[in-house]
Amino acid sequence: MQISKSFKRTIIIELIVPVILLVLGIYHGLMQVIYRAGLLHKSSTAHLDYYQGLTLHGVINAIVLTTFFGVAFGHATMAFYLKREPNKSTVAISMWLMIIGTILAAIAMLSGNASVLYTFYPPLKAHPFFYLGAALLVVGSWVAFWGWIKMYRTWRKENAEAKIPLAVLGTIINFTIWSICTLAVAYEILVLLLPWSLGWTKTVNVTLARTLFWFFGHALVYFWLLPAYIMYYTILPKVAGGKLFSENAGRLAFFLFLILSVPVGVHHQFSEPGISPSTKLFHSILTFGVAIPSFITAFTISASLEYAGRKRNAKGLFGWMKKLPYWDKKNFLFGYLICGLILFIFGGFTGIVNSSYALNNVVHNTSWMPGHFHMTVAGPVFLAILGMSLYLITKLGGKKMRFQSYAVMVPYLWMIGILLFSTGLMWGGLMGEPRRTNLGMSYLNPDSPLFRPDWVPSTLLALLGGIIMTAAALLYFISFFATLFAKKTTNEMLELPVAEPLHQESHVSILHKFTPWLLVMVIVIILAYIPALLDIKKYVGPSAPPYLPTNPLPVKK
Amino acid sequence: MDKHELRILLLTGILLGTFLFAVLYAANKKNIDVPACIPYSGAFKEPHIRPLDKNTYEVFCVAKMWAFEPSEITIPAGSEVDFYLTSTDVVHGFHIAKKDVNMMAVYGGINKTTVKFNEPGVYKIICHEYCGAGHQNMMAEVIVNRKPINTNQ
Repeated sequence: MQISKSFKRTIIIELIVPVILLVLGIYHGLMQVIYRAGLLHKSSTAHLDYYQGLTLHGVINAIVLTTFFGVAFGHATMAFYLKREPNKSTVAISMWLMIIGTILAAIAMLSGNASVLYTFYPPLKAHPFFYLGAALLVVGSWVAFWGWIKMYRTWRKENAEAKIPLAVLGTIINFTIWSICTLAVAYEILVLLLPWSLGWTKTVNVTLARTLFWFFGHALVYFWLLPAYIMYYTILPKVAGGKLFSENAGRLAFFLFLILSVPVGVHHQFSEPGISPSTKLFHSILTFGVAIPSFITAFTISASLEYAGRKRNAKGLFGWMKKLPYWDKKNFLFGYLICGLILFIFGGFTGIVNSSYALNNVVHNTSWMPGHFHMTVAGPVFLAILGMSLYLITKLGGKKMRFQSYAVMVPYLWMIGILLFSTGLMWGGLMGEPRRTNLGMSYLNPDSPLFRPDWVPSTLLALLGGIIMTAAALLYFISFFATLFAKKTTNEMLELPVAEPLHQESHVSILHKFTPWLLVMVIVIILAYIPALLDIKKYVGPSAPPYLPTNPLPVKK
Repeated sequence: MDKHELRILLLTGILLGTFLFAVLYAANKKNIDVPACIPYSGAFKEPHIRPLDKNTYEVFCVAKMWAFEPSEITIPAGSEVDFYLTSTDVVHGFHIAKKDVNMMAVYGGINKTTVKFNEPGVYKIICHEYCGAGHQNMMAEVIVNRKPINTNQ
């Protein structure tokens, strides 16, 4: 479909900004594996400190990239399926808030005044710009959502009987989860941390702040993941040459995410004081529940791919796997989506390990953890973002993709890199190797009394994986920027591959209504979080003054 | 619903049920649990190692930028140790890999776990939560000596 110039430009900018920043994000990813493998024994390189780089890596890759892409892809799906554009002012305000927020946070991080990592756990204190920037980025994404809600309502009035397109349902659910979970982190930032970092309040309740963060922090991972899921259901079957096995299964999966994404956050806090074991166990069980929509998806997508393979005359039980268009340049999205899915098998199961209550004792905060989440956020999420960004740039810009063979190779190379990297990290983690630590200064420095020779092989394996990942990212940047700056050759269009359903399914009315699911969502959140807040009230003592990462004495004001 | 879909849902249920059973079994029958939650008291900010009886020790451990106090805990093999943990500044971690002891040290919060050291050796306690510029050097040791030969028997 044709869209207005300004809307098109906004989507393109929202795709480009994070990819440019990603250059910095990837650089710091590479630097970390180099430090960690003990190739560098110092605290900084090129005036960027290890922990400053780690903060940039986390914030850019996991917050900025994902939020910008979530909004850009949301614009694209909502407009494409509802055949209309959101209100111009919400689109523009949303973009500017996100850009200004990113700039503020970038200033704080690059000047070295916010080396507090992307979880910004108090009482480590960052520059106020860091908190303000994060808040503006989030509010910007809300504004985009408000535009879509209005647009959806008008569409609903004109199409009272129509089924909600699956991609629209997924986008609305994703941003509903996002709006609700970010309320907690907005409260944490605006009420607890910002006044405290400005010196207006003296202390902060650390456990409360952490609990509010994880109320947001685990739903955040579904905010990353759902755009990829939308692509798995509505795009992957099409680019595989098949049809979607069941649309209703997709709707059910999205609604299950709606009710279970938020009330599981305490599983990030199994090791900490102030929250009772019974609350932790309850969140552990709910986390098992949120695995169900992923199992549904695994089945539905496999069945869709099997159908695509059999259409190409695949034989036998697994023959269909060999008949899929892995290297098809025209359908290059297939590689990005399938590699993400393969990684997610491992990412999902290691996630179940982490959420398994006391089993978390074995792996909590060890390098097992980044090993796990690089197979989720740097697996399906990241690859879907890369593939779709490139796809939308070609369509919206009217460009022919440049360096096609590079672009086709990227997901496979990346997948191999991640598998080696994560194996290294998880292996090290089981030996006690900590995450978020400049190992090169101590544990991986042969001259240090803390040297741990047993961690040499695991960190070297992670280094090898990291180098392969960086190579894949470089190939991607070449293709992406060459395409971006290429001459316009065709008409500029907003276009997405659309997978048709395989069966005509019955209209299940509960899968087309938001209200009952929203109610259940609110009830489950209350049931899960009231005990956590009561625990904090009962067990937690005094609040803490602010500290800078460089000084063991509290900041004086 | 398709019969294959029903089957896969059933299998998912069985799989997650098995995991859940394992979690509950470990917690209730094997006493493998998350750390215990202790109401806050300022007394826990005073580090000490205190023998409670012949085989039991109580350790109040304080994590601060960038060291643990006490930094060396020497006990005989076969001892059971109650670790109480808090932080007097930012968030720290407390990890003894070989014993699956894994706790966060949080300002205003008291964490507790009990662990038995049967094998003699040196067990490293590593801070595994980023706590500022000196984080990578923050560690302590539990030194488990061979059991002294009891001459009275």
